[in-house]
Amino acid sequence: MANFKKKQAGSKQEIPTSAMPDVVFMLLFFFMVTTVLREVTLKVKLDLTQASNIEKIEQKRLVSYIYMGPERLPGNQLGDDKVQIDDAIVDDLGAIRNLMYDKLIEEPRLIVSLRVDQNSEFGLLTDVQKELQQAGTFRINYSTKREAD
Amino acid sequence: MLKKKKREGADINGSSMADIAFLLLIFFLVTTTINVDTGIGMVLPPPLDPEQEPPPIRERNLMKILVNSQGLVLMDEEPVSVSEVKDKLIEFISNPENNVELAISPDAAIVSLKTQRETPYSIYIDMLDEVMAAYKDLRDAASRANYGVPYDALVDDSPQQDQIREMYPKKISIAEPDS
Repeated sequence: MANFKKKQAGSKQEIPTSAMPDVVFMLLFFFMVTTVLREVTLKVKLDLTQASNIEKIEQKRLVSYIYMGPERLPGNQLGDDKVQIDDAIVDDLGAIRNLMYDKLIEEPRLIVSLRVDQNSEFGLLTDVQKELQQAGTFRINYSTKREAD
Repeated sequence: MLKKKKREGADINGSSMADIAFLLLIFFLVTTTINVDTGIGMVLPPPLDPEQEPPPIRERNLMKILVNSQGLVLMDEEPVSVSEVKDKLIEFISNPENNVELAISPDAAIVSLKTQRETPYSIYIDMLDEVMAAYKDLRDAASRANYGVPYDALVDDSPQQDQIREMYPKKISIAEPDS
Protein backbone atom coordinates (compact mmCIF):
# COMPACT_ATOMS: atom_id res chain seq x y z
CA MET A 1 0.00 0.00 0.00
CA ALA A 2 1.42 3.17 -1.08
CA ASN A 3 1.50 5.99 1.35
CA PHE A 4 0.46 9.25 -0.02
CA LYS A 5 2.09 12.10 1.67
CA LYS A 6 0.44 15.41 1.36
CA LYS A 7 2.68 17.91 -0.18
CA GLN A 8 3.29 20.72 2.19
CA ALA A 9 4.03 24.19 1.17
CA GLY A 10 7.58 25.07 1.74
CA SER A 11 6.90 28.30 3.59
CA LYS A 12 4.17 29.07 6.08
CA GLN A 13 1.48 31.31 4.71
CA GLU A 14 -0.05 33.39 7.47
CA ILE A 15 -1.61 36.78 7.49
CA PRO A 16 -0.06 38.79 10.25
CA THR A 17 -2.86 39.74 12.60
CA SER A 18 -0.82 41.56 15.17
CA ALA A 19 -2.00 44.93 13.85
CA MET A 20 -5.67 44.03 14.03
CA PRO A 21 -6.19 45.21 17.63
CA ASP A 22 -4.70 48.56 16.64
CA VAL A 23 -7.11 48.92 13.76
CA VAL A 24 -10.04 47.91 15.90
CA PHE A 25 -9.00 50.25 18.69
CA MET A 26 -8.79 53.10 16.24
CA LEU A 27 -12.34 52.48 15.11
CA LEU A 28 -13.36 52.07 18.73
CA PHE A 29 -11.95 55.45 19.71
CA PHE A 30 -13.69 57.09 16.77
CA PHE A 31 -17.06 55.79 17.85
CA MET A 32 -16.37 56.52 21.51
CA VAL A 33 -15.63 60.11 20.67
CA THR A 34 -18.63 60.59 18.40
CA THR A 35 -21.11 58.92 20.71
CA VAL A 36 -23.13 61.27 22.83
CA LEU A 37 -23.96 59.20 25.83
CA ARG A 38 -25.48 61.86 27.97
CA GLU A 39 -28.81 62.64 26.46
CA VAL A 40 -31.15 64.88 28.32
CA THR A 41 -33.62 62.90 30.36
CA LEU A 42 -36.94 64.05 29.11
CA LYS A 43 -39.40 64.93 31.80
CA VAL A 44 -42.10 65.69 29.28
CA LYS A 45 -43.67 63.47 26.68
CA LEU A 46 -42.41 64.39 23.26
CA ASP A 47 -43.98 63.30 20.02
CA LEU A 48 -42.74 65.54 17.26
CA THR A 49 -44.97 66.54 14.41
CA GLN A 50 -44.06 66.20 10.76
CA ALA A 51 -43.41 68.77 8.07
CA SER A 52 -41.98 68.59 4.59
CA ASN A 53 -40.35 71.98 4.04
CA ILE A 54 -37.67 71.75 6.65
CA GLU A 55 -34.03 72.62 6.92
CA LYS A 56 -31.16 70.94 8.68
CA ILE A 57 -29.33 72.55 11.54
CA GLU A 58 -25.75 72.15 10.52
CA GLN A 59 -24.01 73.63 13.53
CA LYS A 60 -25.18 71.60 16.46
CA ARG A 61 -22.96 73.51 18.84
CA LEU A 62 -25.16 76.57 18.46
CA VAL A 63 -28.35 74.79 19.35
CA SER A 64 -30.07 75.01 22.68
CA TYR A 65 -33.21 73.01 23.22
CA ILE A 66 -36.50 73.85 24.83
CA TYR A 67 -38.88 70.96 25.30
CA MET A 68 -42.62 71.35 25.66
CA GLY A 69 -45.20 68.71 26.26
CA PRO A 70 -47.35 66.99 28.86
CA GLU A 71 -45.38 66.25 32.00
CA ARG A 72 -44.53 62.64 32.74
CA LEU A 73 -45.86 61.66 36.11
CA PRO A 74 -45.00 58.51 38.05
CA GLY A 75 -47.11 55.55 37.07
CA ASN A 76 -47.18 56.22 33.34
CA GLN A 77 -49.48 59.17 33.68
CA LEU A 78 -49.36 62.46 31.89
CA GLY A 79 -49.88 65.81 33.53
CA ASP A 80 -50.34 69.30 32.19
CA ASP A 81 -48.19 70.81 29.48
CA LYS A 82 -44.84 71.91 30.88
CA VAL A 83 -41.67 73.52 29.63
CA GLN A 84 -38.34 71.79 30.13
CA ILE A 85 -34.97 73.45 29.65
CA ASP A 86 -31.85 71.33 30.08
CA ASP A 87 -32.70 68.87 32.81
CA ALA A 88 -35.34 70.72 34.75
CA ILE A 89 -38.94 71.67 34.29
CA VAL A 90 -39.45 75.40 34.36
CA ASP A 91 -42.65 76.23 36.19
CA ASP A 92 -42.22 79.98 36.21
CA LEU A 93 -42.19 81.01 32.56
CA GLY A 94 -40.66 84.36 33.49
CA ALA A 95 -37.42 82.55 34.35
CA ILE A 96 -36.94 81.52 30.72
CA ARG A 97 -35.94 85.07 29.91
CA ASN A 98 -32.90 85.00 32.19
CA LEU A 99 -31.99 81.42 31.34
CA MET A 100 -31.95 82.06 27.63
CA TYR A 101 -30.25 85.43 28.02
CA ASP A 102 -27.37 83.75 29.84
CA LYS A 103 -27.08 81.21 27.05
CA LEU A 104 -27.12 83.98 24.47
CA ILE A 105 -24.21 85.73 26.21
CA GLU A 106 -22.24 82.49 26.07
CA GLU A 107 -23.06 81.86 22.43
CA PRO A 108 -24.16 84.94 20.48
CA ARG A 109 -25.22 82.90 17.44
CA LEU A 110 -27.57 80.79 19.50
CA ILE A 111 -30.36 78.91 17.78
CA VAL A 112 -33.20 77.85 20.02
CA SER A 113 -34.71 74.59 18.90
CA LEU A 114 -38.26 74.23 20.12
CA ARG A 115 -39.16 70.61 20.49
CA VAL A 116 -42.87 70.62 21.08
CA ASP A 117 -45.26 67.72 21.42
CA GLN A 118 -47.72 67.73 18.56
CA ASN A 119 -50.77 67.75 20.81
CA SER A 120 -49.71 70.58 23.08
CA GLU A 121 -51.52 73.85 22.70
CA PHE A 122 -50.25 76.90 20.87
CA GLY A 123 -50.89 79.13 23.88
CA LEU A 124 -47.94 77.82 25.85
CA LEU A 125 -45.69 78.14 22.82
CA THR A 126 -46.62 81.77 22.32
CA ASP A 127 -45.87 82.51 25.98
CA VAL A 128 -42.44 80.94 25.59
CA GLN A 129 -41.85 82.84 22.37
CA LYS A 130 -42.65 86.09 24.11
CA GLU A 131 -40.00 85.27 26.70
CA LEU A 132 -37.53 84.47 23.95
CA GLN A 133 -38.21 87.83 22.37
CA GLN A 134 -37.46 89.50 25.69
CA ALA A 135 -34.27 87.47 26.04
CA GLY A 136 -33.16 88.49 22.57
CA THR A 137 -32.85 84.96 21.22
CA PHE A 138 -34.58 85.53 17.92
CA ARG A 139 -33.32 82.59 15.90
CA ILE A 140 -35.63 79.69 16.56
CA ASN A 141 -36.32 76.39 14.94
CA TYR A 142 -39.49 74.36 15.23
CA SER A 143 -38.14 70.86 15.41
CA THR A 144 -40.09 68.48 13.22
CA LYS A 145 -39.60 65.12 11.63
CA ARG A 146 -39.37 64.77 7.90
CA GLU A 147 -42.68 63.95 6.36
CA ALA A 148 -42.66 60.95 4.07
CA ASP A 149 -43.71 62.14 0.66
CA MET B 1 22.30 22.77 47.36
CA LEU B 2 19.19 24.78 46.65
CA LYS B 3 18.54 25.06 43.08
CA LYS B 4 16.78 28.13 41.97
CA LYS B 5 13.75 27.34 39.96
CA LYS B 6 14.07 28.57 36.53
CA ARG B 7 11.27 30.98 35.74
CA GLU B 8 9.58 30.92 32.49
CA GLY B 9 9.12 34.15 30.70
CA ALA B 10 5.73 35.50 31.75
CA ASP B 11 3.76 36.29 28.64
CA ILE B 12 0.33 37.76 28.65
CA ASN B 13 -1.70 36.24 25.94
CA GLY B 14 -2.76 39.09 23.77
CA SER B 15 -4.75 37.22 21.23
CA SER B 16 -8.07 37.97 22.87
CA MET B 17 -7.44 41.69 22.91
CA ALA B 18 -8.91 42.01 19.44
CA ASP B 19 -12.05 40.24 20.63
CA ILE B 20 -12.46 42.60 23.55
CA ALA B 21 -11.90 45.59 21.32
CA PHE B 22 -14.41 44.25 18.82
CA LEU B 23 -16.98 43.83 21.56
CA LEU B 24 -16.57 47.43 22.69
CA LEU B 25 -16.57 48.60 19.10
CA ILE B 26 -19.86 46.87 18.38
CA PHE B 27 -21.36 48.34 21.54
CA PHE B 28 -20.47 51.88 20.47
CA LEU B 29 -21.51 51.22 16.89
CA VAL B 30 -24.95 50.21 18.10
CA THR B 31 -25.39 53.04 20.58
CA THR B 32 -24.17 55.80 18.28
CA THR B 33 -26.94 57.77 16.67
CA ILE B 34 -25.75 60.17 14.06
CA ASN B 35 -28.97 62.08 13.96
CA VAL B 36 -29.49 65.38 12.26
CA ASP B 37 -31.79 67.96 13.67
CA THR B 38 -34.39 69.10 11.22
CA GLY B 39 -37.04 71.71 11.59
CA ILE B 40 -38.63 74.88 10.33
CA GLY B 41 -36.35 77.83 10.90
CA MET B 42 -37.83 81.16 11.92
CA VAL B 43 -36.60 84.49 13.16
CA LEU B 44 -38.63 86.14 15.88
CA PRO B 45 -39.17 89.89 15.75
CA PRO B 46 -37.75 92.05 18.52
CA PRO B 47 -40.17 92.78 21.36
CA LEU B 48 -42.72 95.47 20.61
CA ASP B 49 -42.37 98.83 22.21
CA PRO B 50 -45.85 99.59 23.58
CA GLU B 51 -45.51 103.33 22.89
CA GLN B 52 -44.40 102.89 19.36
CA GLU B 53 -47.04 102.60 16.71
CA PRO B 54 -46.69 99.58 14.45
CA PRO B 55 -45.66 100.59 10.95
CA PRO B 56 -48.55 101.10 8.55
CA ILE B 57 -49.23 98.19 6.22
CA ARG B 58 -51.39 98.45 3.19
CA GLU B 59 -54.32 96.13 3.41
CA ARG B 60 -53.70 94.54 0.04
CA ASN B 61 -50.18 93.50 0.99
CA LEU B 62 -51.33 91.60 4.04
CA MET B 63 -52.63 88.07 3.87
CA LYS B 64 -54.32 87.14 7.11
CA ILE B 65 -54.52 83.45 7.79
CA LEU B 66 -56.63 82.49 10.76
CA VAL B 67 -56.61 78.93 12.05
CA ASN B 68 -58.94 77.82 14.78
CA SER B 69 -58.48 74.94 17.18
CA GLN B 70 -60.33 72.54 14.89
CA GLY B 71 -57.95 73.23 12.02
CA LEU B 72 -60.39 75.30 9.98
CA VAL B 73 -58.74 78.03 7.96
CA LEU B 74 -59.78 81.55 7.02
CA MET B 75 -57.72 83.44 4.46
CA ASP B 76 -58.68 87.10 4.29
CA GLU B 77 -62.11 86.30 5.77
CA GLU B 78 -62.68 83.51 3.29
CA PRO B 79 -62.92 79.88 4.40
CA VAL B 80 -60.51 77.63 2.54
CA SER B 81 -59.29 74.09 3.01
CA VAL B 82 -55.71 73.39 4.09
CA SER B 83 -54.80 71.96 0.69
CA GLU B 84 -55.77 75.19 -1.06
CA VAL B 85 -53.64 77.41 1.15
CA LYS B 86 -50.41 76.94 -0.76
CA ASP B 87 -51.84 77.77 -4.19
CA LYS B 88 -53.73 80.75 -2.83
CA LEU B 89 -50.59 82.05 -1.19
CA ILE B 90 -48.56 81.70 -4.35
CA GLU B 91 -51.21 83.63 -6.23
CA PHE B 92 -51.29 86.29 -3.52
CA ILE B 93 -47.52 86.74 -3.36
CA SER B 94 -46.69 86.65 -7.05
CA ASN B 95 -49.94 88.31 -8.23
CA PRO B 96 -49.43 87.52 -11.93
CA GLU B 97 -52.52 89.39 -13.13
CA ASN B 98 -51.89 92.53 -11.07
CA ASN B 99 -55.07 92.12 -9.16
CA VAL B 100 -55.65 95.18 -6.96
CA GLU B 101 -56.75 92.90 -4.13
CA LEU B 102 -53.44 91.04 -3.97
CA ALA B 103 -49.90 92.05 -3.08
CA ILE B 104 -48.30 94.92 -5.02
CA SER B 105 -45.03 93.06 -5.38
CA PRO B 106 -43.66 89.83 -3.90
CA ASP B 107 -41.27 91.66 -1.60
CA ALA B 108 -44.09 93.72 -0.11
CA ALA B 109 -46.27 90.73 0.68
CA ILE B 110 -46.72 89.88 4.32
CA VAL B 111 -48.28 86.68 5.54
CA SER B 112 -49.84 86.88 8.95
CA LEU B 113 -50.58 83.65 10.72
CA LYS B 114 -52.90 83.73 13.65
CA THR B 115 -54.20 80.86 15.71
CA GLN B 116 -56.09 80.34 18.91
CA ARG B 117 -54.45 79.43 22.17
CA GLU B 118 -56.17 76.06 22.06
CA THR B 119 -54.91 75.19 18.59
CA PRO B 120 -52.80 72.04 18.68
CA TYR B 121 -49.17 72.53 17.76
CA SER B 122 -49.39 70.08 14.85
CA ILE B 123 -52.07 72.17 13.13
CA TYR B 124 -49.98 75.29 13.57
CA ILE B 125 -46.93 73.56 12.10
CA ASP B 126 -49.01 72.22 9.21
CA MET B 127 -50.05 75.76 8.34
CA LEU B 128 -46.53 77.10 8.69
CA ASP B 129 -45.37 74.25 6.48
CA GLU B 130 -47.83 75.32 3.79
CA VAL B 131 -46.56 78.89 3.94
CA MET B 132 -42.97 77.67 3.70
CA ALA B 133 -43.94 75.43 0.79
CA ALA B 134 -45.43 78.41 -1.07
CA TYR B 135 -42.24 80.42 -0.62
CA LYS B 136 -40.08 77.45 -1.58
CA ASP B 137 -42.02 76.97 -4.82
CA LEU B 138 -41.74 80.65 -5.69
CA ARG B 139 -38.03 80.78 -4.94
CA ASP B 140 -37.42 77.59 -6.88
CA ALA B 141 -39.30 78.96 -9.87
CA ALA B 142 -37.36 82.23 -9.77
CA SER B 143 -34.08 80.43 -9.37
CA ARG B 144 -34.81 78.08 -12.25
CA ALA B 145 -35.81 80.96 -14.49
CA ASN B 146 -32.66 82.95 -13.71
CA TYR B 147 -29.99 80.35 -13.09
CA GLY B 148 -31.47 77.07 -14.29
CA VAL B 149 -31.11 75.31 -10.96
CA PRO B 150 -33.44 75.04 -7.95
CA TYR B 151 -32.94 77.40 -5.05
CA ASP B 152 -31.39 74.73 -2.84
CA ALA B 153 -28.71 74.03 -5.43
CA LEU B 154 -27.36 77.59 -5.23
CA VAL B 155 -24.31 78.13 -3.08
CA ASP B 156 -25.27 79.29 0.41
CA ASP B 157 -25.05 83.07 0.85
CA SER B 158 -23.93 83.54 -2.73
CA PRO B 159 -25.04 86.74 -4.54
CA GLN B 160 -27.46 84.65 -6.61
CA GLN B 161 -29.11 83.25 -3.52
CA ASP B 162 -29.28 86.68 -1.94
CA GLN B 163 -30.96 88.02 -5.03
CA ILE B 164 -33.64 85.34 -5.00
CA ARG B 165 -34.11 85.91 -1.30
CA GLU B 166 -34.61 89.61 -1.90
CA MET B 167 -37.18 88.88 -4.59
CA TYR B 168 -39.19 86.67 -2.26
CA PRO B 169 -38.39 87.60 1.32
CA LYS B 170 -40.20 85.48 3.84
CA LYS B 171 -42.23 88.03 5.70
CA ILE B 172 -44.23 85.89 8.05
CA SER B 173 -45.83 87.39 11.07
CA ILE B 174 -46.91 85.12 13.87
CA ALA B 175 -49.70 87.02 15.54
CA GLU B 176 -50.44 86.62 19.20
CA PRO B 177 -53.66 84.79 19.86
CA ASP B 178 -56.51 86.73 21.40
CA SER B 179 -58.01 86.03 24.79
